[in-house]
Amino acid sequence: MRLSPDEIVFWQAGFFKLNATIVFTWSLMLLLAVGAKLITRKLTTAHERSRWQNLLEIIVTLIAKQIEEVGLPHPQKYLGFLGTLFLFVAVASLCTVIPGYEPPTGSLSTTAALALCVMVAVPLFGISEQGVGKYLKSYIRPTFIMLPFNVISELSRTLALAVRLFGNMMSGAMIIGILLTITPFVFPVVMTALGLLTGMVQAYIFFILATVYIAAATRTRGPRPEPAPTT
Amino acid sequence: MLIDWFTVGAQALNFLILVWLMKRFLYKPILNAIDAREKRIARQLADAKAKQAEAEKQRDTFQQKNDEFDQQHAARLRQATEEANAERERLLDEARKAAEAWSARRQESLASDARNLNQAITRRAQEEVFAIARKALTDLATTSLEERMSVVFTRRLRELSGEAKSVLARALETAAEPARVRSAFDLPTEQRAAIQNALNETCSAEVRVRFETAPDLVSGIELTSNGQKVAWSIADYLASLEQGVGDLLKAQARPEAKAQS
Repeated sequence: MRLSPDEIVFWQAGFFKLNATIVFTWSLMLLLAVGAKLITRKLTTAHERSRWQNLLEIIVTLIAKQIEEVGLPHPQKYLGFLGTLFLFVAVASLCTVIPGYEPPTGSLSTTAALALCVMVAVPLFGISEQGVGKYLKSYIRPTFIMLPFNVISELSRTLALAVRLFGNMMSGAMIIGILLTITPFVFPVVMTALGLLTGMVQAYIFFILATVYIAAATRTRGPRPEPAPTT
Repeated sequence: MLIDWFTVGAQALNFLILVWLMKRFLYKPILNAIDAREKRIARQLADAKAKQAEAEKQRDTFQQKNDEFDQQHAARLRQATEEANAERERLLDEARKAAEAWSARRQESLASDARNLNQAITRRAQEEVFAIARKALTDLATTSLEERMSVVFTRRLRELSGEAKSVLARALETAAEPARVRSAFDLPTEQRAAIQNALNETCSAEVRVRFETAPDLVSGIELTSNGQKVAWSIADYLASLEQGVGDLLKAQARPEAKAQS
C-alpha cells in the first residue's frame, strides 16, 4: 500500500532523489507558468478582452478580495504568496482527473513544506508590518505566561495545516484506489468528482488559514474602539 | 516515514520558485492590466464629466444669449413700432397741415377770384351805368337844352360871391390868353353875348372870351382861365357820382377781404 507519491523514486544519488512528488510539482509549475505566460502575453486594457483573460482576472480579483475581507488592507502585497498557495493546491487537486496523475499535495513532504513556508512567512510579514519588537511582543500577550502557549500554538497550527491537507488529499486518492478494486465502474467516478470538491475546499481552507495567520501577525493591536452607547 | 526531508526542502524551493513565477507571469500583468483599465475608465468618466460640465456651461451660455437676444429683439421691435407710430403721426400731421394749407390757399384763391370777379362786375356795371347815362344824356342833349344850360351858367356866374368871385376876377385880369368857354355844341350868338355880359358884370371889366366846342363835356358849359374853372355840365355830375360809387365799393371790398383772411 503506497501512501505518498514520494515513494515512487525515478532517480536517486545519495541524499538527492527525483521522486514523483517533485516531478508532478514541476509539471504543475510548468503548467501554471506557461499557461499564465500564454494568457498574459496578449493582455488588453480595452473593454473587449479574451475569455481567458477574463478568467484570470476573475481568479486574481477574487483572491485579492478574499485576502482583503479576512483583514489585510493591501492584498497586492500578500497576493503572490497566498494566491500561489491557493492556486497550487487547487490545480494539484483539479489535475486528479488526469489518469496516472498523483497530486503532490498527497505527499506529507509537500504539505509540510507548504506549512513550513507559512510558518516562516507569518513572522516575516508580521515583522515587515509592525517591526521586530512589536511582533515579538505579541508572543507575551496578554501576559508573559502565555509565551510557551503562543509558541506551541505556532508549531501546532503548522502541523495541523500540513497534516490536514495531506490527510484529505491522500485519503481522496486512497479511497479512489480502494473503490477501484471493489466497484470498478461508476462509483470511483463519483468519488473522483467528490474528490475535486474536497480538493477545492481544502485549497480554500489552506489559503484562508494562512491568510488569517498572516492577518493576525500583521494587525497592530491598538485599543479597541468603544462600543456605541445604546439609547 | 511519511516525511522525506529532501522532498520537503525541494518542495519548499519549488513553491518559492512558483511564487516568483506566478508574480512574474500572472499577478503583475493581470493587476497592471486591471489598474490600467480602471485608470482609463476613470479618465473617461472624468472626461465625460468634464464634457458634460462644458456642455452644460455652453447650454447655459447659449440659453442666456438666447434670452438676451429675445429681449433685444422685443426691445427693438417695440422701439421700431414706436418710431413707426411716431413717424405715422408726423406724416399724418404734415399731410393734414399740407391739406389745410392747400385748402386755405384754395379758399383764399376762390375768395380772391370771387373778389376779382365782384370787382370786375362792379367796375363793369359802373362803367355800363355811366356809359348808358352818358349816352342817354348825350342823346337828349339839344340846342334848347344848351340854351337852358347857358342860362343856368350865366346865373351861376352872376351868383358868384366873395372869395370865389375875387379869385375868378383876378385870374381873368392876369390871364395872358383870353378866357376859354367850352361847350358841347356851338353856342348861338345871343347866348355868347349873354355869357360875355355876365362875365363883364362879374369882373366889372371887359373880358376877352374865346368860344370852343368840346363834345366830351356831354352837355354843359365850362369857363377856364389861368387855372381857374367855373363849369356846369352833366359830365361833372357823372364824374363826381362815379367817384362816390367807386369809393363806396372800395370801402365794401376791404372788410370782406379782412373777414376772409
